Amino acid sequence: MSGFADLFSQYDILAAFLVNIELTLWSALFSLILGVILVTMRISPVPSLRGFAAAWVEFFKNMPLTIIMVFMVLGVFGQLKFQFSDNFDTNFFWLAVTGLSVYTSAFVCESLRSGINTVPLGQAEAARSLGLSFFQSASIVILPQAFRGSVAPLGNTLIALLKNSTVAAAASVATETSSLMSTMIEYNANLIVSIFLIFAIGYVVMIIPIGLLTTYLSNKLAVRR
Amino acid sequence: MANKATSAKGASTSASVLFDEPGPKGRRKIFIANIIAGLLLIGLLVAVLHRLANPPQGQNQLSWELWGPALDGEAWIDFYLPGLAKTLEASVIAIIGAVIFGVVFGIGRLLEFWPVKYVAAVIVEFCRAVPVLLFMIFLWRGFSFMGMSDDASFWAVVWGLILYNGSVVAELVRSGVGNLPKGQHEAAVALGMGPVRALMSVEVPQALIAMLPAMITQLVVVLKDTALGSIIMYTDLLQESRRLGSMYFNMLQALVVAAVIYFIFSYLLSKLSESLPARMQRRTMGIAKPPVQAPIAIMDPSNVPLQERAQERERPQGGTEPLYPDHYHGSNAVTEDWRTSHLEHGHDPKHPDMKPKLFQRPE
Repeated sequence: MSGFADLFSQYDILAAFLVNIELTLWSALFSLILGVILVTMRISPVPSLRGFAAAWVEFFKNMPLTIIMVFMVLGVFGQLKFQFSDNFDTNFFWLAVTGLSVYTSAFVCESLRSGINTVPLGQAEAARSLGLSFFQSASIVILPQAFRGSVAPLGNTLIALLKNSTVAAAASVATETSSLMSTMIEYNANLIVSIFLIFAIGYVVMIIPIGLLTTYLSNKLAVRR
Repeated sequence: MANKATSAKGASTSASVLFDEPGPKGRRKIFIANIIAGLLLIGLLVAVLHRLANPPQGQNQLSWELWGPALDGEAWIDFYLPGLAKTLEASVIAIIGAVIFGVVFGIGRLLEFWPVKYVAAVIVEFCRAVPVLLFMIFLWRGFSFMGMSDDASFWAVVWGLILYNGSVVAELVRSGVGNLPKGQHEAAVALGMGPVRALMSVEVPQALIAMLPAMITQLVVVLKDTALGSIIMYTDLLQESRRLGSMYFNMLQALVVAAVIYFIFSYLLSKLSESLPARMQRRTMGIAKPPVQAPIAIMDPSNVPLQERAQERERPQGGTEPLYPDHYHGSNAVTEDWRTSHLEHGHDPKHPDMKPKLFQRPE
């Protein structure tokens, strides 16, 4: 039992979870911005932009996140010498955020597109008959309703992103949960089950409120038609 | 063929939500915008290639010295193909295990017997919430301590994938049974089956067929997640390409080749899952279209897709569905009974099933 209590004093478990939460929040922000840009391109009347967005989404949807992360560190940083900062930790952190953001942006775009499908044609027709241009009708009429219609898939994407932030281990972010768990098990082999349960329950505790909030918000915000 | 036509039609309607069929002026505008955007995208591509050919430090990334070792026969025979075989081996075993796990726990959650129901629910919700990588690291270390030397990482990858994807399949089974029309259960009970028998011989078989497309989508997730195995030293495609890259100092090129292989496999699988629903729909009363995303939202009691919920029509005052379509599509040339005749006229294309009934005039 004393060994179990020592774990908390010896290792900073909360700090590791904080790293994952930071990774998640930054990637959520950037992937949301990217996803909105992509979905606007995807529904625009210009074929080349539509094609580019479709290719981007198909590419990142069918690509393992691990290979993107490894590519960010060994390819972009190791071989192309591209770096965000001279400090290794900060550099790897932002490389991981970049990888997570481009990967998640494809799923954000798909979620928003499924939200656009819930907007009836009449809304767009009404917007056009008021004389709104493509960008005006997209930003004032369609996308706000699409956001309300895509709360559930966006919430699922956020949950997946939080879980995917553990893959930052592949991008050499050594302070996050899965790397810390690996080290802790290495030095405390007899406590392996309790160490796993600490981290697993940590994730369950973080994810259940997001799921409940998503279900509540998607019921509350859905536009009844 | 018919499926192709309808999907093309669906695509064109969803693409044209925001703009009318453009006139001559609009077409010219779009044409010019198309050219400008195309030039910008090509310019971006050229800039990236130029940067790759002349990096500020290091050597030309497009040279054959780097691409050659990543593409020649030796690389394929010694690295990519053995790695790909390992990746496929793990995915095939994992998907078979996940289906078994999912069907067992999905049925467990549907049973009325509460201890089974709650134990299955807790296990499924736990496995869905914990990141796959944590499972894999835990199992890998655990198997190594138990004395498995060579296969520890392989079985860790397989069991990690089974636990997560199996719990997603369990949710698919549950929502598949929930999406069946109520009549299926009622008919089975009317034939004298008990609730368990009705579940096993009527509802679950149809739910399994209905969820096949979603299962193929899940197979893509399994294939992609085997790459996590490289973190726990499983020699899959990603790990092998890293080894190749560190041998010839062409990591970027080796990873690009591996990425293309992953992409081809999962792209073909996702195309298969898109073409499957039409064929499966004939054999089930459930909805054989894959959900936009597999249900991840934890503790969602219904798993009802949001689009369907949004399309339910709300009647703020309550009451039954209106008897008459209240849109006027007939002619104005009415001289008699003009107060009520618009209710007898016309057919509302938005509600084709609502036939205008003969209006009963108030006495």
